[in-house]
Amino acid sequence: MEEKQNFTVSVYTENNVGILNRLSAIFLKRHINIESMTVSKSEIDHVHRFTFVVIVSETSIKKVVGQLEKQIEVIKAFYHKDDEVIYQETAMFKISTKFMYDEHIQNKFKFRRAHIVTITERYFVIEASGLKEDIDRMYDKLKPYGLLQFVRSGRIAITRPKMAISELLQENI
Amino acid sequence: MNFKNMETTIKKTVGETRLKLTKISGSEAVVKCLLAEGVDLAYGYPGGAIMPIYDELYKYQDKLHHVLTRHEQGATHAAQGFARVTGKTGIVFATSGPGATNLVTGIADAQIDSTPLVCITGQVSSHLLGSDAFQETDIIGISTPVTKWNYQITKASEIPEIMAKAFYIAKSGRPGPVLIDITKDAQFGEVDFKYKKCEKIRSYRAIPKLDIEKVKAAAELINSAKKPFIVFGQGIIIGQAEAEFKAFIEKTNIPSASTALGLSALATKHPLNVGMVGMHGNYAPNVLTNQCDLLIAIGMRFDDRVTGNLETYAKQAKVIHFEIDPAEIDKNVKTDVAVLGNVKESLTEIMPFVNKMQHAAWLQEFTKLYQKECEVVINDQLNPTKEGLTMGEVINKINQETNGEAVIVSDVGQHQMFACRYANFIKTRSSITSGGLGTMGFALPAAIGAKMGAPEREVVAIIGDGGYQMTIQELGTILQTEVPVKIVVLNNSFLGMVRQWQELFFDRRYASTVMKNPDFVKIAEGYGIKANRVSKRENLANAVKTMVASKEAYFLEVVIEKEDNIFPMIPTGESVSDIRLS
Ligand SMILES: Cc1ncc(C[n+]2csc(CCOP(=O)(O)OP(=O)(O)O)c2C)c(N)n1
Ligand SMILES: [Mg+2]
Repeated sequence: MEEKQNFTVSVYTENNVGILNRLSAIFLKRHINIESMTVSKSEIDHVHRFTFVVIVSETSIKKVVGQLEKQIEVIKAFYHKDDEVIYQETAMFKISTKFMYDEHIQNKFKFRRAHIVTITERYFVIEASGLKEDIDRMYDKLKPYGLLQFVRSGRIAITRPKMAISELLQENI
Repeated sequence: MNFKNMETTIKKTVGETRLKLTKISGSEAVVKCLLAEGVDLAYGYPGGAIMPIYDELYKYQDKLHHVLTRHEQGATHAAQGFARVTGKTGIVFATSGPGATNLVTGIADAQIDSTPLVCITGQVSSHLLGSDAFQETDIIGISTPVTKWNYQITKASEIPEIMAKAFYIAKSGRPGPVLIDITKDAQFGEVDFKYKKCEKIRSYRAIPKLDIEKVKAAAELINSAKKPFIVFGQGIIIGQAEAEFKAFIEKTNIPSASTALGLSALATKHPLNVGMVGMHGNYAPNVLTNQCDLLIAIGMRFDDRVTGNLETYAKQAKVIHFEIDPAEIDKNVKTDVAVLGNVKESLTEIMPFVNKMQHAAWLQEFTKLYQKECEVVINDQLNPTKEGLTMGEVINKINQETNGEAVIVSDVGQHQMFACRYANFIKTRSSITSGGLGTMGFALPAAIGAKMGAPEREVVAIIGDGGYQMTIQELGTILQTEVPVKIVVLNNSFLGMVRQWQELFFDRRYASTVMKNPDFVKIAEGYGIKANRVSKRENLANAVKTMVASKEAYFLEVVIEKEDNIFPMIPTGESVSDIRLS
């Protein structure tokens, strides 16, 4: 069996209702679980960008990308391995203020990319960005303090190789 | 000044721009869009949410004929039959809720068999969307995985542009079904009607650009092959490349086999036509798939019913794939050279690069294995020694009586495979069947659509006793429209194909495959259709003759040997070369 690995799938689409449904249906059809997903605008006006992370074989992701790209409103779809993308996720932790001055807890989030964004009488909120593993590590450390809330964004990624969308749109006009 | 006068005044003064001032209702706009696309025939079923459009269909009935089927599924299959026989886009109307959900099977069938349809459904008013209103159903959500494209219109002003896109998408490139859901307020709303056909969508490339280097690489492989073998599919028919294909194989002398959907793209009796591949295909092309040194796939998609076990499929061969849909390349079978593009163009371009060849010894191998198939299977079907009638001999009689000129519309089951295997096709677009989805109930409505699409041709539906009862209500459509289709039910009193599997793989445990059937002749007569039943060999020829001679619709039930099987057969998961003759 071919090895499964993380793939970041970037899909450039028109900005219309229902596209997410169409894209997710293709993963569903092949029984592929979506690990994370982010939608945002892209570098091109009126073009949206979906970023999916899935764990599958390369043979499988090639076929998925072909079928994503076939959708009428998809301009282009790409897949990349982890070493071909610069990526990160953002997470937020809501913790009771009573732990705020706990020395231990301060050490726990004293890594470069975590900081407190809000402090109130009852709770404080830490925001952290990094790789999934960084966030996971921090989660494990903060969990004993009783997380009031935790949320993590999907992966956002910039690819090292070029994704030539503007040229493609130019060609098709 | 009344409005009419005002309009003429403006017309005189500003000419063209008059159009811009002509406001019409959304529902009238829908009909005008269809007329602008050259549509004169549609199928459907009315209901609350689509009444404004039906009201316009009533007003425009001189220009656009609407056929009321007896079930929305029937409308989709009729539109498919029409589309498959004409190459045009089939049109379907249905109301919201149950009307829309009843379309799903036909849409899924059209999607997997690449049939262009534009389905228009009514929807509850936009202010009610999402409120679980009466007959509200999320048909966009439901149909997304089975449509090439779908869209919900909530404003009348969107209608012209979206309808133009719908027609372009359904028909261009690899065709498929499109569903347009129109809210009732959009149908009642007003629009400045101006129609412009869609010719481009920036995110959609209908036909990939042909790469001449690929064509040359393919030609090189073809020229050096000792045992090349072609499998062709419906792509030849959809791409209207029959003549180019014939010229190509006649120059290279390559044995060519059809998929079930490719049938009739090349005349059955053409010397290079070596039959059908796949689970119930012919013996030679299946066995020799695993002996060829070059497999050339043209306009086909390596369905698992064609390939059997992929691990052992043509592993010894290099593979060339002529295909319009990039997503099909390497999906199931790894290719050495993929020639993306319109097959008509690709086959034209490759001609100067391929050498004239003979391949006589290689062709001889097909003949030898065909003879073996005749000895074990075919002779016994065509000249049976047993008392009961065989499906093969019935199809053969139909060939004789129609001189192979008929359009054969087959349903799904044993009779379908017999029709595919034994029908003698002379012309293209003569075989219409539900291949990818295998939808029982397809044939009766599809035959109605096919006959309406090609009134000058004889259209014969070949249906099993099981599948017939899935859309039997469409006899009502025949009664009302008087469309002269010929219906043959091959009655083995079984869900025969499933029974065959139970016999072979489940120790003859016939779980729910025995059928107690009604008097089919009386039913047909109840619908005012001439009908006959035949069960004896000596009466078969006359019965078929009478049916073919009939100027009106005609129903013929043929009582078939109950436990007959269709062979050859590749059991699921086995290799094409392990095909069984008995
Ligand atoms: C809608 C639908 N349901 C179930 C099946 C599974 N199926 C395939 S063939 C078959 C039997 C068909 O029986 P009949 O129409 O009598 O044809 P026969 O095989 O006897 O010629 C069945 C149940 C199907 N293809 N389509
Ligand atoms: Mg039967």
